[in-house]
Amino acid sequence: MKTCKDISELLSESMDRRLTWRERWAVRMHFFMCRSCQRFQQQIDFLRKTAGRYKPKD
Amino acid sequence: MMRGLPVELNNHMMMDKNQLNDHREVLLRYALLQVHNHAAAEDAVHEALLAALQANDGFRNQSALRTWLIGILKHKIADHYRTTEKHHSLEDHCDNDEKDPNEAIEQLIFNDKGHWIGTPSSWKQPDHALEQNEFWLIFDWCQKNLPEQHGRAFMLREMVGLETEDICQDMNISHSACRVYLHRARLGLRECLEQRWFNSKRSL
Repeated sequence: MKTCKDISELLSESMDRRLTWRERWAVRMHFFMCRSCQRFQQQIDFLRKTAGRYKPKD
Repeated sequence: MMRGLPVELNNHMMMDKNQLNDHREVLLRYALLQVHNHAAAEDAVHEALLAALQANDGFRNQSALRTWLIGILKHKIADHYRTTEKHHSLEDHCDNDEKDPNEAIEQLIFNDKGHWIGTPSSWKQPDHALEQNEFWLIFDWCQKNLPEQHGRAFMLREMVGLETEDICQDMNISHSACRVYLHRARLGLRECLEQRWFNSKRSL
C-alpha cells in the first residue's frame, strides 16, 4: 500500500514523465481516500503555471 | 539539412518577434542562474542570440532549438567567467553547493508512516494570486530560499522548460538525483507558498 509520501513522489514525477499504467492506477486508488494528495496534485500544477509566468527581476 | 542559417531559427529570428522574445526571456532566466548580475546575463544572452544568427550548424527539429540556443549561451557564459577572471566555473558552481540539504524537507512534511504532517490545505482562488504583485514577491522569496540545487533543477524544468535528461546533463547529476531535487523543490515551494501566502492571507 502506497503512502502519501510515495504518492506525492509519483505525482511530482508525473510532471516530468508519463507514469506507468500500474503507477497511474496506484494514484487513482489513493485519490479515492486521500484529499490531501489530490490537493497536492492541483498545487504542483499551479506551481508549473506560476513558474511559467514568472519574470525574473533585475 | 541546408547549411547556413537554420530554417527554424530564421523563422524565429526574422518572422516572429514574439517567439524571439520568448526565447530571449527563457535564455535570460537560464543566464541568471549562472551569472548573478543582470547586466552580464543580458550581455551573454545578447551575444548568444547574435552567435545563433551567424551560426552554420543546423539542428534537426523545432524542439531542439531551445537546447541549441542554451548550448550557445553556455559558451557565452563561460566566456564571461573567463574574461572577468572569476575563478568559479560552472562546474565549480555546482560542486560548491551547500552540503546535502536533502534529508530535512521530507521529514518536515511527512511522518514516519508517510502521512502528511500538516495536510495541504485548500488554496482559495489560486489564479487570483497571479494578478497580485505581492504574491510574486513571495513566490520569488520562496524560490530563492530553496536549497540551491533544488531551486536550480526546478527553474531549469519549469522556467527554462528543459527535459529531465537535459537537466541531468546540465547539472551533472544522475537521473535519480534530478528526480529527487525536482520533487523536493516542489514540496518546499508548495509548503512555502501555503504558509506565506495562502494561509496567511486571511490575516492580512
